[in-house]
Amino acid sequence: MATLVIAEHDNAGLKGATLNAVSAAQNIGGPIHLLVAGSGCGAVAAAASTIPGIEKVRVVDAPHYAHPLAENLAALVVALAPGYSHILAPATTTGKNFMPRVAALLDVAQVSDIVAVIDADTFVRPIYAGNALATVQSADAVKVITVRSTGFDATAASGGSAAVETVQAAADAGMSRLLGQELTRSARPELTAARIIVSGGRGMGSGENFSILEALADRLGAAVGASRAAVDSGFVPNDYQVGQTGKVVAPELYIAVGISGAIQHLAGMKDSKVIVAINKDGEAPIFQIADYGLVGDLFQVVPELTARL
Amino acid sequence: MKVLVPVKRVVDYNVKVRVKADGTGVETANVKMSMNPFDEIACEEAVRLKEAGIVTEIVAVSIGPAQAQETLRTALAIGADRAILVETAAEVQPLAVAKILQAIAQAESPQLVILGKQAIDDDSNQTGQMLAALLGWPQATFASKVKIAEGNAEVTREVDGGLETLSIRLPAIVTTDLRLNEPRYVTLPNIMKAKKKQLDVTRPEALGVDVAPRLKTLKVEEPAKRKGGVMVKDVADLVAKLKNEAKVI
Ligand SMILES: Cc1cc2nc3c(=O)[nH]c(=O)nc-3n(C[C@H](O)[C@H](O)[C@H](O)COP(=O)(O)OP(=O)(O)OC[C@H]3O[C@@H](n4cnc5c(N)ncnc54)[C@H](O)[C@@H]3O)c2cc1C
Ligand SMILES: Nc1ncnc2c1ncn2[C@@H]1O[C@H](COP(=O)(O)O)[C@@H](O)[C@H]1O
Repeated sequence: MATLVIAEHDNAGLKGATLNAVSAAQNIGGPIHLLVAGSGCGAVAAAASTIPGIEKVRVVDAPHYAHPLAENLAALVVALAPGYSHILAPATTTGKNFMPRVAALLDVAQVSDIVAVIDADTFVRPIYAGNALATVQSADAVKVITVRSTGFDATAASGGSAAVETVQAAADAGMSRLLGQELTRSARPELTAARIIVSGGRGMGSGENFSILEALADRLGAAVGASRAAVDSGFVPNDYQVGQTGKVVAPELYIAVGISGAIQHLAGMKDSKVIVAINKDGEAPIFQIADYGLVGDLFQVVPELTARL
Repeated sequence: MKVLVPVKRVVDYNVKVRVKADGTGVETANVKMSMNPFDEIACEEAVRLKEAGIVTEIVAVSIGPAQAQETLRTALAIGADRAILVETAAEVQPLAVAKILQAIAQAESPQLVILGKQAIDDDSNQTGQMLAALLGWPQATFASKVKIAEGNAEVTREVDGGLETLSIRLPAIVTTDLRLNEPRYVTLPNIMKAKKKQLDVTRPEALGVDVAPRLKTLKVEEPAKRKGGVMVKDVADLVAKLKNEAKVI
């Protein structure tokens, strides 16, 4: 049977995490269909149709899908579910929001945040902040799954030519409404897609002080992340948070600055290829997982590092 | 209006969990257990709504072993009015938890159910959304601000790109994120008062819910350990290592 992957997009472009979810679907095997639900999302559907290995792109274009409201998106996916053995979405805040609704309406379990596919019924997922990996087998007829991007390499975005099919919208549930958005604007790469991340913690001391990290990030073409303590203290916006309950990242290089290394933070970055820790406390737990540790005052070390690059 | 707050008993967030040698799970014997931190935030939010005169009654619910009574007593000490324990020694997965909560919501008719966004043991992040689906209610997950007005809730949500605000019709489901509030410390007088509050005990069978797990855990393993790294002596050394050894810059 086929797998339905729910594309994540902003009506203008496809979000990268979709390509990791497609890659997980390829590991499951069988034909792959991609659902693009949006409003004025023709360009997204066209882009999606060039992902190699997709059999069909199913497009639903209606005003009530302009924003991925959980009630509407879940009802649509449930209406399209018959005929699919697997339904996948990226484990982003969007996927995490509507997919459990889909699972409950289908009366099946959801397998959250998978990082590996063993076979069509069996998946690996982290539990306890990634301190353990559980291999779970689903007995349900339909597997509803969210995919952790760091577990699967993104599939190619172009080279394919899938059929594009228009699908009837489901009714507007009319239960919820978007009042407004406050999106963080940044010219830097997106955290979950960046090759290099520079993250700051409570040790940064203030939001203004983050400018020294930004200078380093600009030099490296890096994204800027943070610990929960830095977000809670109001130094940076919430979407900078890396960790068990924030974003999970695995860049080529992760530079942790003024971050102690609590398990909840490590849960979000310990799969990075190379980890650098800069901390004035030589006993900080972050040094136990860092490839390169530098004990020193970040206010001296970081500007010097920027200057030497 | 009435608010339901589901609270889960989990391994305390400060505990470094160990995987059992036989690969069946993690060690929970003699390990400190606490209320899931997101559920503490949920209790606190309900109490603040009560203090603001919007909420009249707070009912805390936990599904778990007899010891989950302690978790419920904590909820009562934070300020819940009464508690319900749905007692079972079995592992109860999010879909079954949602079905139990659905049965309780149908009996209690709350206008709002505030759950944590995620239990820090299973890291599922499912139950609230599933409960919303089963009840046919709207949802606002990952809340960092909740405002109740005229049969609606205005909820600011923490999303990947920043923040967004939804208006949802009541009755509704809200799940908490870290920045919603800072839970108060429970005081000794409130712990004493909590001991006298009503705590009813029921069982999943009494609510007509089959809790048989849908997901079978085949094994639990420790993740691959990172090899210990090196300490560099200064910035020049660090730059050299990143360039020549790690070759990442
Ligand atoms: C339910 C729950 C969920 C959580 N989720 C997350 C999550 O997703 N992500 C997350 O990050 N945390 C999370 N946490 C919080 C986590 O437990 C830690 O509290 C947090 O990660 C600490 O942040 P920090 O390392 O910045 O702060 P601290 O632990 O206070 O560390 C600050 C560090 O900065 C160093 N420092 C200070 N000044 C300087 C200087 N001038 N130069 C160099 N170094 C300096 C200090 O030596 C110290 O090591 C969660 C906690 C809970 C309970
Ligand atoms: N056994 C339980 N008893 C009470 N509430 C629970 C239980 N399991 C989950 N919940 C609630 O659902 C939220 C999300 O849990 P989960 O979906 O398991 O990550 C928790 O923060 C609790 O509010």
